[in-house]
Amino acid sequence: MNAEIGTLRAGPDSNGHFGQFGGRYVAETLMPLILELEQAYTAAKADPAFHAELNDLLTHYVGRPSPLYFAPRLTEELGGAKIYLKRDELNHTGAHKINNCIGQILLARRMGKTRIIAETGAGQHGVATATVAARFGLPCTIYMGARDIERQAPNVFRMKLLGAEVKAVESGSKTLKDAMNEALRDWVTNVHDTFYIIGTAAGPHPYPELVRDFQTVIGKEARAQILEREGRLPDLLVAAIGGGSNAIGLFHPFLDDKSVRIVGIEASGKGLDTHEHAASLAGGRAGVLHGNKTMLLQDEDGQITEAHSISAGLDYPGIGPEHAWLHAIGRVEYQSATDTEALEGFQLLCRTEGIIPALEPSHALAAVARIAPTMGKDQIIIANLCGRGDKDIFTVAAALGVAM
Amino acid sequence: MSGDRLSARFAACASEGRAALVTFVTAGDPDLATSAGILAALPGAGADIIELGMPFTDPMADGPAIQRGNLRSLGGGTTLKALLAMVRDFRATDDATPIVLMGYFNPILAFGPERFAAEAKAAGIDGCIVVDLPPEEAAELTPALAAHGLHLVRLATPTTDAQRLPAVLNGASGFLYYVAVAGVTGANSAAAADIAAAVARLKAATPLPIAVGFGVRTPDQAAAIAAHADAVVVGSAIVDAIGDAAEARANDIPARVAAQVAALAQAVRTARKEQAA
Repeated sequence: MNAEIGTLRAGPDSNGHFGQFGGRYVAETLMPLILELEQAYTAAKADPAFHAELNDLLTHYVGRPSPLYFAPRLTEELGGAKIYLKRDELNHTGAHKINNCIGQILLARRMGKTRIIAETGAGQHGVATATVAARFGLPCTIYMGARDIERQAPNVFRMKLLGAEVKAVESGSKTLKDAMNEALRDWVTNVHDTFYIIGTAAGPHPYPELVRDFQTVIGKEARAQILEREGRLPDLLVAAIGGGSNAIGLFHPFLDDKSVRIVGIEASGKGLDTHEHAASLAGGRAGVLHGNKTMLLQDEDGQITEAHSISAGLDYPGIGPEHAWLHAIGRVEYQSATDTEALEGFQLLCRTEGIIPALEPSHALAAVARIAPTMGKDQIIIANLCGRGDKDIFTVAAALGVAM
Repeated sequence: MSGDRLSARFAACASEGRAALVTFVTAGDPDLATSAGILAALPGAGADIIELGMPFTDPMADGPAIQRGNLRSLGGGTTLKALLAMVRDFRATDDATPIVLMGYFNPILAFGPERFAAEAKAAGIDGCIVVDLPPEEAAELTPALAAHGLHLVRLATPTTDAQRLPAVLNGASGFLYYVAVAGVTGANSAAAADIAAAVARLKAATPLPIAVGFGVRTPDQAAAIAAHADAVVVGSAIVDAIGDAAEARANDIPARVAAQVAALAQAVRTARKEQAA
């Protein structure tokens, strides 16, 4: 244990807590399975064959490592720090989500599970899950809010092409939170044969830990790549946060590097003062939902309130428990970007670099546009470009008043 | 915790040689006034123990019937404070029928565990079931419940094996709730033989009364379980009936619920006699 003192990377504790956050708040039916998953993951971590297969798939199937790209025209336009983009949108399926899905389906196979379920918001995680389910020949059901199905039609069709059954969730706000409720209901009903591939670094322990671990490939690569390119660590990391899996994946390997400023960007929708936002750190309180204690958008009676963001992937009233903890201890700074700012960030990257980003990382780009000009030209920013924007062009067209 | 309403009621039912009928309704469903009327009608109709749902926006262990009940209740403006006031009014005329709250942890956490326990006890609540608070996380609530003499009813399920059961039983009180099927409320029904075997296994491990619920909808199903268990829980079927009546804008919802409960109670009360005959 002595070796762990002084590090911020040792969490969670043995009960899955990051400070007061995290834990295992699930129905008793699921507890034995959660404990079994923890054992299976511990065994997998210690098994060289597991890592060998995971790395082989990440290299040859996902296409890792993803490039760390210096963005010259974006840097010039903003007139401040040098901006690098971690290009996880170039992964197979077009987002960082596949990193985690590959890891979890290998765990599912180790545990002898024969059926896969998942929730999805924007559809990126659903597509990634459907993809790995096809690759491993397992039947797959994806729960997606009816409202998200409307605004993410291309991803719905992709999932169906990949052989997944997409179930529309009509309850509650018909978005990601409700899809997760429904996936949990499926899981509790089919616990004997079903593996639930959770898409973000949230949910009951050990999910926040294992999703983070599978996503830290982003930060480990970025760290090695920037050291090779610049001979030093970056001054600033920026990533968008819904549940926060791309952000924790980039941030975690840098948490102990005190010289690195780390900023996570929540979606503030129509504005933090409007109640139509998804910023659970800025506008939420500690509570329990979906198996973990974390910061949640809720009313004074503890009823969960609906989140809003132009980005379906950020439209969630909670956040991963490790982010809630990093926020509480002040190691990571959390800011926000509105729908409008994200649309500006989206267009900025299209125009300056010839890259169409997803609306999720467009929130991070909005923050980069805000912060980079205040930094020196010898300073370095790494922003996580966690998804590509093909899926969002209809939403963006509608927001910009363009008929397609 | 002897001498409390729950143990007195279980003892009374046992002395009559029968199982207890536990009826679940969501507090404030479809609205607070009607819900108070339903609550008042339950004991007379034959409910031995009342399980009262605390509504939550995200009841992820519940099936469609109770999800809808939760939304009707929240739509009618139910809060934990209003729920406790309703129980206080009920206690003015019934000081014997045990009431156990059932719900999710977040509304309790928002209310404050200590304040929750104090005000629930003062209102006449006897215990609570918190679906998403397994023993591993219960330390945030158990001291407050213990300090105010409230039972913490634990759930055992088909996935609760011999290795897991001691963790569930450690700190359990009032009764043990056996979830007869792995799934959400109101879904499939378990086979009677499986339930009998599970009840026997649990009885060997704990002196607590065993209540069986999930998937129990009809008087026949209730009777089959009452032959073996100390109590039978019926929830979704009643909540469905409340929902249907509310949709039809019926003005006699408490009477309709009472009729449904009376049929269940009749079946539960005669189950062992008929089995013996």
